[in-house]
Amino acid sequence: MKVTIDGIPVEVEPGTTILNAARQIGGDIVPPAMCYYSKLKDSGGKCRTCLVKVSKGSEKDPRPMPKLVASCRTTVMDGMEVQNITSPEVIEARKGIVEILLLNHPLDCPVCDQAGECHLQDLAFEHGSAKTRYEFDRRTFEKIDIGDKIQLHMTRCILCYRCVFVADQITENRVHGILNRGDHSEISTYIQKAVDNDFSGNVIDVCPVGALTDKTFRFKNRVWFTKPVQAHCACDKCSGKVTLWYKGEEVIRVTARKDRNGEVEEFICNTCRFDRKKTSDWVIEGPAKIANTSVISANHYDFTPLPVIKTNLQLQQANENQFERDTRL
Amino acid sequence: MARKLLLEHINVPGINTFETYRSKGGYAAVEKALKSMSPDDVVEEVKKSGLRGRGGAGFPTGMKWSFLAKPEGVARYLVCNADESEPGTFKDRYLMTNIPHLLIEGMIVASFALGAKTSYIYVRGEMMPQIRILEKAIAEAKNAGFLGKNILGTGYDLELYVQPGGGAYICGEETALLESLEGKRGNPRIKPPFPAIAGLYGCPTVVNNVESIAAVVPIINEGGEEYAKIGIGRSTGTKLISAGGNVRKPGVYEIDLGLPVEEFLFSDEYCGGIANGKRLKAVVAGGSSVPILPANLFLKTINNEPRLMSYESLSDGGFVSGTMLGSGGFIAFDEDQCIVRNTWNFARFYHHESCGQCSPCREGTGWMEKVLHRLENGHGKMSDMDLLVDVSKKIEGNTICPLGDAAAWPVASAIRHFRDEFEWHVTNAAVATTRNYGLAHYADPLPKLETA
Repeated sequence: MKVTIDGIPVEVEPGTTILNAARQIGGDIVPPAMCYYSKLKDSGGKCRTCLVKVSKGSEKDPRPMPKLVASCRTTVMDGMEVQNITSPEVIEARKGIVEILLLNHPLDCPVCDQAGECHLQDLAFEHGSAKTRYEFDRRTFEKIDIGDKIQLHMTRCILCYRCVFVADQITENRVHGILNRGDHSEISTYIQKAVDNDFSGNVIDVCPVGALTDKTFRFKNRVWFTKPVQAHCACDKCSGKVTLWYKGEEVIRVTARKDRNGEVEEFICNTCRFDRKKTSDWVIEGPAKIANTSVISANHYDFTPLPVIKTNLQLQQANENQFERDTRL
Repeated sequence: MARKLLLEHINVPGINTFETYRSKGGYAAVEKALKSMSPDDVVEEVKKSGLRGRGGAGFPTGMKWSFLAKPEGVARYLVCNADESEPGTFKDRYLMTNIPHLLIEGMIVASFALGAKTSYIYVRGEMMPQIRILEKAIAEAKNAGFLGKNILGTGYDLELYVQPGGGAYICGEETALLESLEGKRGNPRIKPPFPAIAGLYGCPTVVNNVESIAAVVPIINEGGEEYAKIGIGRSTGTKLISAGGNVRKPGVYEIDLGLPVEEFLFSDEYCGGIANGKRLKAVVAGGSSVPILPANLFLKTINNEPRLMSYESLSDGGFVSGTMLGSGGFIAFDEDQCIVRNTWNFARFYHHESCGQCSPCREGTGWMEKVLHRLENGHGKMSDMDLLVDVSKKIEGNTICPLGDAAAWPVASAIRHFRDEFEWHVTNAAVATTRNYGLAHYADPLPKLETA
């Protein structure tokens, strides 16, 4: 199937979503996704940051779609034409969504452990404005310990439901979900029941913000002062392929490996994550590659040219605008 | 006086019992459909009637039925949406309370047409008396052989269940209703797939409003073409309107679509004018989620033609100067009502009822509610109006389900048409807490159109 995204054609399998088609192209034209997670079934469609405009439905039915569609949940049709950064309407809507996502977010990045690897931070940096128009109290929640290794700070949550899907699909028995509705909704374990199974730690990795954090790492260090190293071990529960985060000689955190979309490659078990924190537990493979857009790779000069089509003036302009948004400050 | 199709026998004592309903010609449609028609004939008849969904969207019911996927060996379901919770709308509750057998009869005919062996009536949790009434009616119908195995000896089996909901407005959205019916949290599903392909328990499902299903009974009794003669243009048949607000005679009225709004509002047969001799200021024509209109734009379209109670005429002018028929929750406001307060009240409702699944609706409804609360209580700013319009634009069209649109439209339209009243709330904040803005120019005749 052939689909064109921002003027760049790509051949994809039938049943692929627009977002995944865009990821096959890569570069600036990939819509941001806060709730979609390719490894979790039924995720996506909730945060609305990945909205795109379908300017041509398909070869058979060339009518455009009446509304912006969530690219993570819309499958491509043959001959579909999609506009992402070339459509001012999409950029405007995305700006609105970012403002809305930040309405009740505490913006406590200076004390948040996720800072530096937070998707919401990246998104807000790119699309948000420096000031908010919201002049009311933000909702707040008490911090909750779910299990002895994970802390839930609901105030920061953007309700992407990823951790709910992890609890549903990766772990053996589902122990948490959403309580209440509207902007009172909260992720909860119900009566603070401890999360207790071998894969529960993955909720930390899938959380796009700092709502679910690793208690063994909380306030230990800023992520951009740590060095990520790929390592593996022979684990009987999971694949054992992880990233170790070093501060000097010391392993201060273990996470799953992330791919270039910020999603984990393989989910890891809690033993690897929380209990193996000595270099001798691991076989070191080498330094982990971090995208050059991330603050963690500051001062690492590593550049892969993006596919820009020189003949498409509109896309060139959109790329320049995107570059300005990226480097505004 | 126009003929009533749904509420013809509403005043007969004991019409809620099976015997009285049967003696008034009830269940004739079941006999006719099951004995002399094929399921496809019934669908064809409903298509011919031009019946449009009475729940709000106005989608042709016959078309919806014909979209139902019919794979072999998979059950199909009919679900009746009786989760009526739109502020201003109370027609379904009235129908279920007083003439429950009409709904049961419609359910049997519609289930037969769709080939459903099990059907559900999803009733809002607060309507406990109606749930009991329906359950009693179902038991009576079953006793008389109209439900259960081998109905009337035709070999058609149907089980009908009443399912109480939890009382959430969002469960009136069809996919959220199906989630709730499956026993899950009532979050709307992401479409596609539509319920006609994968609905309840992943099976093809049709979800219809109570009134749509009840309207199938007269359509089968009299034929689709006869039914289509009532009404105007593509708005065929009769419609139940729940008139409320400052009208002299509030209540549920059955009107022929195409009735002039002026007649509906002021004639003694229907609303009987505005209560206490006051003047009309504004009207919400179809339940809280449709755009509000000032009196002058409601009675006349922008082209100075009289407005009619029909899907097309009410939406004449689009969002600039029109509104929608919606679910028929007609709310009239007299000159003493405060539009700002009313808009805040609606926004509060949508804030409370947002499911919290997708971000624009979850956060945006709360923001609008807070800004409107500030305006109403005299702490507003002149920039708030533009802010509200902007936020409503950010919500509208960017959400999973239509609740986002429904929350955005009343706010956007109130500011569009009543901007000076909002501004008065800012400039005269102290006065605004003690008295209302009054009628102002909202009932003035519209300016004559300039012809080139």
